[in-house]
Amino acid sequence: MNSFMMLAEGEALLNPGQTRLIVILVYLASLLFLGFFASRLFQGTKKDYLLASHSIGPFLLLMSIFGTTMTAFALVGSSGEAFKKGIGVYGMLASSSGIIHSLCFFLIGVKIYRFGRQYGYTTQIQFFRDRLESDIVGLLLFPILVGLIIPYLLIGVMAGGTVIQVMTSGAFDWEAFQVMKEGPAGDMIIDKGKSGGVPPYLGSLLICMVVLVYVFFGGMRGTAWANAFQTIVFMVLGVVTFVLLANKLGGGETLMESLRNVTSKVSPDKLTRVNMPQSQFFSYLLIPLSVGMFPHLFQHWLTAKSSGSFKTPVICHPIFIMLVWVPCVLIGIWATTQTVGPKQIPIGNVISPNAVLPFLVKTNIGPWLGGLLAAGILAAIMSSLDSQFLCIGSIFTNDVVAHYAGEDRFSDKQQVWIARGFVILIVLITYVLSLQGYRSVFTMAVWCFTGFASLFPIIVASLYWKRLTAAGALSGVLAMLGSWLFLFWKSNWGGNTEFLLTPFGEAYPIMPVVAIFACSTIAMIVTSLITKPPSDATLAKFFK
Amino acid sequence: MGLKSKRGSKEFEMKTLIWLLVIILIIIHQDFWYWEDATLVFGFLPIGLAYHAGISIAAGIVWTLACQFAWPEGIDDFDNEAEGGAK
Repeated sequence: MNSFMMLAEGEALLNPGQTRLIVILVYLASLLFLGFFASRLFQGTKKDYLLASHSIGPFLLLMSIFGTTMTAFALVGSSGEAFKKGIGVYGMLASSSGIIHSLCFFLIGVKIYRFGRQYGYTTQIQFFRDRLESDIVGLLLFPILVGLIIPYLLIGVMAGGTVIQVMTSGAFDWEAFQVMKEGPAGDMIIDKGKSGGVPPYLGSLLICMVVLVYVFFGGMRGTAWANAFQTIVFMVLGVVTFVLLANKLGGGETLMESLRNVTSKVSPDKLTRVNMPQSQFFSYLLIPLSVGMFPHLFQHWLTAKSSGSFKTPVICHPIFIMLVWVPCVLIGIWATTQTVGPKQIPIGNVISPNAVLPFLVKTNIGPWLGGLLAAGILAAIMSSLDSQFLCIGSIFTNDVVAHYAGEDRFSDKQQVWIARGFVILIVLITYVLSLQGYRSVFTMAVWCFTGFASLFPIIVASLYWKRLTAAGALSGVLAMLGSWLFLFWKSNWGGNTEFLLTPFGEAYPIMPVVAIFACSTIAMIVTSLITKPPSDATLAKFFK
Repeated sequence: MGLKSKRGSKEFEMKTLIWLLVIILIIIHQDFWYWEDATLVFGFLPIGLAYHAGISIAAGIVWTLACQFAWPEGIDDFDNEAEGGAK
């Protein structure tokens, strides 16, 4: 039967899963086109490939920084966590980030931009080596930064695979794509939420390949453009999803009526923070400080055309966070009222929190729009992956190859190819690791952010405290590493998702970040004070 | 000279005020007063969420003031040693 006859007989050419898959593929193809277009402007130099020749103005800087900081964590993780714990997740991570992230851009980003431009830095390690007059600092920071960023990359790659599988479920009836799960009676039944969808190993591979292609060809310029495009996509589609889901779940005649209807069904514990200890909420304030030490953000800061380019991100970042997170948190708490299947089982019993948003979109919105919204979720994920891949490529090229082999050993063009080679290697390693195991997006992100946040005192001290010494910074980094590894081990390597410290009693639990942050700060200050201060030449260079 | 020092002290006052506002934002972020309040603003927005959305807007305003009145001076005035020339 040909296509026209099928259409004439009212038979759909594609099932909903296939339709959503095609929309996702078209979106991914558009990103490849954008990367290809950006590569046409490539000037062939290392500075252009890694820093877009410092040409990024206020709008692109805002969009690329925002897109980079908003990951799978922002859309998939926030809705999933609100589904589990209620509205408190917004205050815990979003409104605090609005204050703290901009503080980091203002206090750290602008100064780093200046030193980066003046002394030609591309990576954090170059800055620390210079400021602390120590090669060892670079040697120690290199594995730690790479080690902390790989879980961050895994969050994106694994969430991308999950989103594609859930959104395309039912697309194919191939046996290889069937997913089984344990049923209520202990027997194995077909998991309808995932079966027939593109398996995560293929979805994650697709995401990795697309990001790799536009980073490989477009470098930082391609990354900044793709980030801006993807940020617009996920912000617009986020609002559209919110309105459509509100209307569908609320069933009112107007949007306002629908919003009231759907929220009225939510239980009070999700509308408040009764299940969230205040001490834990308070200690979460330290987590957004991680932004000050993200190596990929460091690199984005250096792409700015002038210091004035920072003003737009500093001002708009909190507002943009609100526009993305408030709808996601509301969707998360609405999901607690939803039931599924013939026996009306609460959806929490059949899907994981990470799949709440894709599941609601798939089951409540038509396939074409559903596909677009899936593209929006993937946009948020990929807009972080690209910067992280490029940043690790930059660290390897600058801090390992060029630093130890000698800056003049390789031509500029050769260094671009070395960076590209490392990007491929990291994509490959991340993809293989993503196939090995699974942890909650939220848990992985929190441990990763905890490590970066606990290095925050070192970047602040290096910019504002003349007395910081190399030994002090090394002690701080080692104290962070030791305490982080110890507590991560105590949490069963992240397996205990509710792991908290209780130094003030069971009633006042706090996040592990408080202890790790305190260890690194104390070690840094004490060691700096008992060791020889930096040379006058270095102080003159950084504290004019 | 007098005018310059007067302007300098006004700038200092503005900067102090802005940093004070940032600290106030961080303090009022710990809103224990809405912890168990399930009131719905406009009938659909939990008050704890509405309050924190307000904090985000307030943060945008405070950072606008910071960019206007506490922006570090001379950041773009440097000798570009990396490129071997004065900027």
